[in-house]
Amino acid sequence: MPRAHRRRVVGAERVGPYTLLRLDRGPLDPGAPGQFFMLEAPGRPLPRPFSLCLAPPGELAFLIEPVGPGTEALCALEPGDEIRVVGPLGRGYRLDVARPLLVGGGIGIAPLPWLSQALGRPPAVLGFRTAAHAEAAALLPGAEVVVDPVLVTDAIPSGLDLLACGPEPMLRALAARWPEAQLAWEAPMACGYGACYGCAVRIDGELKRLCVEGPVLSGHRLVCHVPGPGRETCPKEAAA
Amino acid sequence: MLLNASGCLDALAAPDVARQLDAFVTKTITPLPREGNAPPRIAETAHGMLNAIGLANPGRERFLAEQLPRLLELGVPVWVSVGGFCAADYAETCAALDGVDGVAAVELNLSCPNVDEAADSAAEIVAACRAATRLSLYAKLSAAHPDVAAVARAVAQAGADGLSLVNTLRGIALDRALRPVLARGSGGLSGPSLKPLALYAVHACYAATGLSIVGMGGVQTGRDALELLACGARDVALGTVLFADPDAPRRVRAELHDAAAEAGVASPEDAFALAHASRKRPGKDGKRPSLNAPGALVRSAGRGPLEDASARARSLPRPAHGRAQARERRPRPAGAAEEGPQGGQGSDRADPR
Repeated sequence: MPRAHRRRVVGAERVGPYTLLRLDRGPLDPGAPGQFFMLEAPGRPLPRPFSLCLAPPGELAFLIEPVGPGTEALCALEPGDEIRVVGPLGRGYRLDVARPLLVGGGIGIAPLPWLSQALGRPPAVLGFRTAAHAEAAALLPGAEVVVDPVLVTDAIPSGLDLLACGPEPMLRALAARWPEAQLAWEAPMACGYGACYGCAVRIDGELKRLCVEGPVLSGHRLVCHVPGPGRETCPKEAAA
Repeated sequence: MLLNASGCLDALAAPDVARQLDAFVTKTITPLPREGNAPPRIAETAHGMLNAIGLANPGRERFLAEQLPRLLELGVPVWVSVGGFCAADYAETCAALDGVDGVAAVELNLSCPNVDEAADSAAEIVAACRAATRLSLYAKLSAAHPDVAAVARAVAQAGADGLSLVNTLRGIALDRALRPVLARGSGGLSGPSLKPLALYAVHACYAATGLSIVGMGGVQTGRDALELLACGARDVALGTVLFADPDAPRRVRAELHDAAAEAGVASPEDAFALAHASRKRPGKDGKRPSLNAPGALVRSAGRGPLEDASARARSLPRPAHGRAQARERRPRPAGAAEEGPQGGQGSDRADPR
């Protein structure tokens, strides 16, 4: 049940080019790793979805990359500011895996620190486009880090259960080779709780709401953004 | 009375949000299933958002068999939003709903900006639906029409019981590379940008028809809702604000009473149509002579707008069979409609909800 809570900012620290925004947890449940929260973007009409990065005692922490007016407003928050928070929402990672390997790309490492804690610090492979972005690997001590042009898919050993989050090309590549991988996808969302139908993507061959079905889905339930003007063609659609 | 705007809430996915409302309005149902438009379907704008969902819905048959029974179990009166591509599409769905106990009203979506328009006129569609059902019919119109009051008059004469004002307006948002964000290219603009247009449409259509109006468009606060009431809306629907704030119904309801006090009116009900020159403000002695005048618009069952939701659900004056009571319809000449609030419309329109 989505309820809105006003929560106070208790910290906002830079982690490479990202910001780790820490909120007073209050009555909010941190939820399962891979679930997400809708955070009010100050001055903007719509909130933004963020998976929980860390759940320190009494806090909820989110890793945010400033890529537009909403995320920039969130990164500019200061201790004492308050924002509306709704969550936890969606379906997170299944934790019943025998040999977990966490795989993250760029800002997609966001849900992995909380997931790593829940799984007892399994091995992790993280990929970043620059060394500056790779500073965020500090959130996941012990992780193997690769930087572009090396790709995470080049650094994944065989025989492990993949739990991943990252840019869509990375997820598609993982889905193609590891159909059982648990992948956390992204889509534009206005509400996060099934009301707006804005996050519909092709799941199991049908347009379904990612916030209801996911955001974490098995690789074989390929999520595909149907091509729009100027957008690349979905491989599955192209083959059909 | 507080509702959701059609397409802005899935009561089965978020029942506790729906239970904050006095009635739940479904997503638009079309005769056949629709997958909806390709993504991306939404885009934020400076003061609102665009959507191009495209009437995604399971189709009439599955809606009636699978969704409606579950919706009716929620304990919230259900309004069904009906869509189509010709008058017969709408009328067939209305006929199918006519026998369904528990449906409180039908909203005819005559103005979706994200699909091709129906070939028939709004009045033709309303007339066909009027012949197909005794349910209360609300015609949902767009503020994009150059003379929305004329459309309102036409649908009133065709037998509409009320109006839902307004639907979204077509707009475009571009990404950094100057390409349309939405896969469809354009989408329907909603949110705070719409409010002045909604106020105008409600004001003009109330003056033109005196019909019961559900006002919507950019309501974020209790004050916004109060302004729609002042323009002539009987009820208010929340749309885009639900996306950012699932507690909006509870919050807006509470704010509405404070906003009325700040505006110097005793209750939200007393704000009704105050923006019309013909509606006198309550006197200093607190009496409200205009509401007691013969022929004034007063709810038949004494239910003011925006009462407590649970009390509403319990006390809902439902006629037997869950339908509007049969009543004599007396289409008025356009000249009479111009009289607006003094047009004598209220007393012969028993509110079936």
